[in-house]
Amino acid sequence: MYVASALAILVVMGLTLVRAILGPTAFDRLLAVNMFGTKTVLLIAVVGFMTERPDFLDIALVYALVNFLSTLAVLRFFERQISEGTAPTGEG
Amino acid sequence: MMDFCLLDILTALLLTVGCFLGISGGVGLYRLPDFFTRQHATGVTDSVCSFAILFALMLQAGFTLVSVKLCFVLVFLIVTSTTATHALAKTALKKGIRPLLGREDKR
Repeated sequence: MYVASALAILVVMGLTLVRAILGPTAFDRLLAVNMFGTKTVLLIAVVGFMTERPDFLDIALVYALVNFLSTLAVLRFFERQISEGTAPTGEG
Repeated sequence: MMDFCLLDILTALLLTVGCFLGISGGVGLYRLPDFFTRQHATGVTDSVCSFAILFALMLQAGFTLVSVKLCFVLVFLIVTSTTATHALAKTALKKGIRPLLGREDKR
């Protein structure tokens, strides 16, 4: 049961990685990386239950916060670029 | 055959729902044509898929510290994923990305 759900989450993580590599704009990549982080939290929780060591949940908790912080940091960078009026392309 | 109790059946059901929604959201993130439609696909997995899987694990854990930790993960995911989605959409709109619907060059 846990193995099947871990495999399904791994499939989803592969799809998000494909989008993160292909993504036409930087925001697609950022979206894919954010979703990858959420799936990583779920994968850590499920694997912790699979191996009967639920202490992994601490790592999942920290990972959720770090993922959120990284997304917001990159978005702040974009907002500062916009307010300074440089490179308004969205490509990259 | 009676060693499956109700909690195990509920856990399997919730894990199945979560995995189905996660895979559908992943396929949507890969296939949909636009940034905002992709964000819609991500929103499905970020909300219902995470809630279903974490709630299934909570049913297996029972009233322990593990369940409290799962509750914390759930609350953090609720707060952070909505905030990140909002900030992403707002910054993309400011940056000049327009939705596909209502744009002249439909590509």
